Amino acid sequence: MPPAALRVSNLKKTYKDVVAVNGLDLEVFPGECFGLLGPNGAGKTTTIEICEGLTEPDSGIVEVLGLRWETDSKELRERLGIQLQETQLSDKITVLETLQLFRSFFRQGPSAEDAMGLVQLQEKRDARVGNLSGGQKQRLALACALVGNPDLLFLDEPTTGLDPQARRQLWDLITQFKKDGRTILLTTHYMDEAQQLCERVAIVDHGKAIARGTPRELITSIGVEHVIEVSTGSGAVDLERFRSLPGVRSVDRIEGGAQLQVSELHSTVPAILAELTHQNLPLTELRTHSATLEDVFVALTGRHLRDA
Amino acid sequence: MRSHPLFQLILLRYREFIREPEALFWNFAFPLLLVAGLGIAFREQPPDIARVAVVTPQLAQSLRQDKQLVVDELSAEAALAALRAGKVTLIAEPGPSGEVVYRYDDTNPDARAARMLVDRAVQVAAGQTDPVVSTNALVREPGSRYIDFLVPGMIGMGLMNSGMWGLVFSIVDTRRRRLLKRIVATPMPRHYYLLSFLCWRLILLPLEVGIPLGFGVLVFGVPLRGSLLELAVWCLLGAFTFGSIGLLIASRAKTIEGASGIMNLVQLPMWIVSGVFFSADRFPAFAQPFIQALPLTALNAALRANMLRGESMLQMKQQAAALSVCLLVSFLAALKLFRWR
Repeated sequence: MPPAALRVSNLKKTYKDVVAVNGLDLEVFPGECFGLLGPNGAGKTTTIEICEGLTEPDSGIVEVLGLRWETDSKELRERLGIQLQETQLSDKITVLETLQLFRSFFRQGPSAEDAMGLVQLQEKRDARVGNLSGGQKQRLALACALVGNPDLLFLDEPTTGLDPQARRQLWDLITQFKKDGRTILLTTHYMDEAQQLCERVAIVDHGKAIARGTPRELITSIGVEHVIEVSTGSGAVDLERFRSLPGVRSVDRIEGGAQLQVSELHSTVPAILAELTHQNLPLTELRTHSATLEDVFVALTGRHLRDA
Repeated sequence: MRSHPLFQLILLRYREFIREPEALFWNFAFPLLLVAGLGIAFREQPPDIARVAVVTPQLAQSLRQDKQLVVDELSAEAALAALRAGKVTLIAEPGPSGEVVYRYDDTNPDARAARMLVDRAVQVAAGQTDPVVSTNALVREPGSRYIDFLVPGMIGMGLMNSGMWGLVFSIVDTRRRRLLKRIVATPMPRHYYLLSFLCWRLILLPLEVGIPLGFGVLVFGVPLRGSLLELAVWCLLGAFTFGSIGLLIASRAKTIEGASGIMNLVQLPMWIVSGVFFSADRFPAFAQPFIQALPLTALNAALRANMLRGESMLQMKQQAAALSVCLLVSFLAALKLFRWR
């Protein structure tokens, strides 16, 4: 196993009376994209800002690229690429000028023009930052994180607030950086983003990593392959009878019907249909999807990511 | 080849400044308009000519002997209408028993002056002579006019406004955008960021001072009697003092609104009491120790001493000390309090 690009152990940080990070452990290996997935307020941003040397932890060990903030901050600053949550770059200067400014802060790295190419903003070269769309601004922020040719890239909620098309474009870019062998730590509260981009994720809740592994491992770990949602209009479902159907792991009542976590679809779906007929309930909608990280979060915390 | 971060940051200051037309206006055009406007309003005018109405040709003839009077010969009715409309300040008309009657508003100083001029002209025309011979020696010396007082005050005020506004707005806005935190997350040494403001102030200073000063000197003949080098030192000292106060105000503020509130609190008293538009001496004696300790009072006094009286810095030690103390205290406090995020 290669030495970790980032190692965090037993990290703690309290703001006044709010415990933001509560004994968090983390290990990110070179060349992987690691995701911190969790709801808003879970402590993701505090954790990533401690790793970035912007916030002091109360206790715990943080080792970045084998170095420590207390002793090697100058060296670390040169080698990290950082994109903060919701940074607004200066509106009055152009894309190229912004990159020239940030490039001048680092001793080595691609030229401002090349960095612009990395995020496909050449067309907007002379446009003022204030006139860019949300997605373009976010790509520019990404380019600012890349001008120092970083060994480790921190992305804090890189696609929050973007429209689906802009998100997808950003995902493509991040996927491209992964192919270049960059190490990335990103935070997100979108489970599809983590699933799409990250080799491994840690699910964070209340300042702790409550699960860790590849998205597939995590999904498998809850023993649920698929999720079925049935809507029955106004009629109330007898959940107990669903629970005894073959392959059903758990059943929850949802508005106008039920949600079932199941291990296999082909035997359970016909059984559900038969059961509905038996209960004399109309089937107005039937949906199935493969289990996602969202379902993992629900299984672990009993809450949904989006409303946690 | 990468450029130096300090150079890039100064370039950023320049670009943000030049691309904000409002900033250009308030920095350069507005003070100039103010100086021009006030200079014209309070310019040296030839002595006022009084315009009066008379209703008889005899009176008109005797009054026209006086060069300081413009005489309109009108009917009684038209004269009254002209008086009411303010076209003339006084009507001279014959009374029932041969005397002259002056009809005017005695609360209007111009009308009272006209009354004296007209009466004198009437008396002289009737043969009055002066028992004592008198002549006039007129004093209209540059340096004692209102415009001479105003220009140094405007320069002082300009140094305060741009020193504080430029710094506070820019830093607080950068913090609000979380850009300050982003900049701190780069390997760039932090002091370059603050240094870029200092350099930018140095670059702007010749223009900020030069434009109103040049305008005052060329258009209104405002004197420059002191050492120009010392004048430059005063301006530098003033710019850095107000820059430090600005830095202190910006050290914690997270919103522009919060910072503007504090800034108005700091600036407003100085606009009023520090002798920009009228002398600080007009305020009561018990307030003077406080007023004299204000940096803008000290700067304005020093600029006037240099420009109008040609006094050296040694004669203005008290002002130099007031500015230096203010500079040091606010700068050290700002460094101690400054929040980089």
